[in-house]
Amino acid sequence: MIIAVASGKGGTGKTTIASSLALAVSPASTTFLDCDVEAPNAHFFLEPTFSQHEEVGLLIPQVDEERCTACGRCAEVCQYHAIVVLAGKVLVFPELCHGCGSCTLNCPEDAIKEVPDVLGMLEGGRTASGIYFARGVLNIGEPMAVPIIRQLKAWQPVQDGEVVIRDVPPGTSCPVVESIRGADFVVLVTEPTPFGLHDLRLAAQLVRDLELPAGVIVNRDGIGDRQVDDYCREAGLPIMMRIPMDRRIAEALAQGHLLVEAFPEYLPRFQDLYAQIRTLVEAGTGSELQTQSTRIKMGSLQGIRQTE
Amino acid sequence: MKLAISADGPQLEAQLDARFGRCAYFIFVDTETHAWEASPNPAIDARGGAGTQAAQFIANQGAQAVISGHFGPNAFEALDAAGIKMYAAAAGRVESVVEEFSSGRLKKVTVPGASGHHGGRGRH
Amino acid sequence: MNNGMKQLVILSGKGGTGKTCVTAALAHLAVEDKHQVSVVLADADVDAANLELLINPSVLQREDFRGGQIAVINQETCEGCGECAAVCRFDAVHEKNGVYQVDPIACDGCAACVYQCPIQAITMHEQVVGQWFRSESRYGPLFHAALRPAQDNSGKLVTLVKQHARLLAMDEGHELVLVDGPPGIGCPVISATSGADLALIVAEPTRSGVHDMRRIFLTTEHFGVQALVCVNKADLYPAGTAEIETFCEEHGIELVGRIPFDAGVTEAMVHGQPVTVYRPESPASEALRAIWAKVLDELQDSQYE
Repeated sequence: MIIAVASGKGGTGKTTIASSLALAVSPASTTFLDCDVEAPNAHFFLEPTFSQHEEVGLLIPQVDEERCTACGRCAEVCQYHAIVVLAGKVLVFPELCHGCGSCTLNCPEDAIKEVPDVLGMLEGGRTASGIYFARGVLNIGEPMAVPIIRQLKAWQPVQDGEVVIRDVPPGTSCPVVESIRGADFVVLVTEPTPFGLHDLRLAAQLVRDLELPAGVIVNRDGIGDRQVDDYCREAGLPIMMRIPMDRRIAEALAQGHLLVEAFPEYLPRFQDLYAQIRTLVEAGTGSELQTQSTRIKMGSLQGIRQTE
Repeated sequence: MKLAISADGPQLEAQLDARFGRCAYFIFVDTETHAWEASPNPAIDARGGAGTQAAQFIANQGAQAVISGHFGPNAFEALDAAGIKMYAAAAGRVESVVEEFSSGRLKKVTVPGASGHHGGRGRH
Repeated sequence: MNNGMKQLVILSGKGGTGKTCVTAALAHLAVEDKHQVSVVLADADVDAANLELLINPSVLQREDFRGGQIAVINQETCEGCGECAAVCRFDAVHEKNGVYQVDPIACDGCAACVYQCPIQAITMHEQVVGQWFRSESRYGPLFHAALRPAQDNSGKLVTLVKQHARLLAMDEGHELVLVDGPPGIGCPVISATSGADLALIVAEPTRSGVHDMRRIFLTTEHFGVQALVCVNKADLYPAGTAEIETFCEEHGIELVGRIPFDAGVTEAMVHGQPVTVYRPESPASEALRAIWAKVLDELQDSQYE
């Protein structure tokens, strides 16, 4: 089962929830994926020892000048204008390339081959409690997070009966969609403020578009107002857990402590959360979702193996 | 010589559009005969790579020099490779910019500007 | 070249550190300040545009935003050969009972399938993926946008929102374009940062916050934009604040202020106002006034470089 922990707004506590949920499920059969490749933070809480490293990126075109006749077909088919033919020369702009391979497929002279362009890194390893942890890290100055997330999801095969928890980046755009796609359930973490509500609505819309079951966790309960509660009731989103605003919790999290370790009374609550998720997934359209997650596992862009 | 000018409208009275890749129109002027024509910039709505697309366009139109306000790194590299000379103008009507060019008052651009706009991979 | 007009972008790396609350307060202080600066605001967090919730703008103009194109298979002519699914690297073409369809959310718009289809049954179609707005607020004009969930091209929309803000600032002679940036370090952040004269990084003194502050600082450095740092909820975790201080010292970054943990910030948010308006005497407001003074100094200095 794949559980994605998301939120429209940043800083609502996604990583807090995802990391404690991972500990509440049986650690040996849990995989944790930190999909927030722009700002990856879950390792501070779960403290894995990384034993696997792999550079990842895109395949970008490389033109064999001897074969190339500068016919311009590649430039014509490229929707990203990442390859241009000027004055009999072909120029490739790697930072514009999305790695779709269309230029290679369409070159009448077979003059284009694809070479890896590194955008970031995947890292994996076990935590002390036995959770398998993997994350992607986008290189500074690189704009494209999606290929890294896609490859992170496809990196390690998911075993039957395994629970995968994905820590999703904030927002509602591509990296978020890529992180959520293929999940069986989405946990939406929010805070009861106007910003939290505004962004929860957007995230809930996204989850509806993807036709995934979802529930809400209200973090820092007690600040702000009651509008998030009203909204969840109207939208039919179950509120699965509330974590009160408590300065002691905020301080413990700031120091990188896990919520369920700093406050063990939360462990049973997270176990209950997991039970609720299972019930909702099993009651829902389980079979259809299953096909989706299998499809995602067959991610097609290749990584560049480099195990240290 | 065929000269391309990035403009905000399809006439000689239009203002110079400082954005090369995402200007509204290119005005092509023959500096000998003063004949001119305007073409909409096909790159204006590009999701990314507007600079390279616009460069490819004016190269295909046979431009040998181009005047704009700002050339990003990709546009610069493409124009440079195509042997199209780049000139910078601050503002003004297309006709007066052409005059400045003809009297040699415009500065040739020899280094790319900062990635002015959304120069990165279109898909974030 | 830009008539002395300056562009300030508020960034954070990590989400939820308080960028928007800081932006709204600075917008208010700019107008209220005795050195009054006229501001155009741009909300570059088009995924989750929250600035409007604090400054209550009225929309004057609303325009559709067209994103990239996506592939559509003509079901009447498609013969079901599956070439399209074979070439798609974005897992966007799905087959069900011999019928091939493009998932519009997954489609990247590369058109590889269009060129591979042996019978030209696939065409590209443009989509309206959001809207952008020009609004008026009591702190100045605001450009903002709403991207439909699950859409790409937020970088292009950020660029568009910023461009309109800059053009208006130039036309009407405003002195400052104040950009509320998105979280992260990727595409929309790069779009929000490009062309800025100064970045103000809102850091949070948590282990995650310190880590992400480094990454956003390196990003601003990579693109050659000068950055200042302020710490929000500075008293939450003194060791984290100390770590930020050390980082700033080592990298020659000016730390322009420490905003204490202050319930007034959330109360102001609930009332839809900048904290400096709702609770002008609160500790956070005091700190924000000091930050604004330093940011203004820095912006004025950069004018004569």
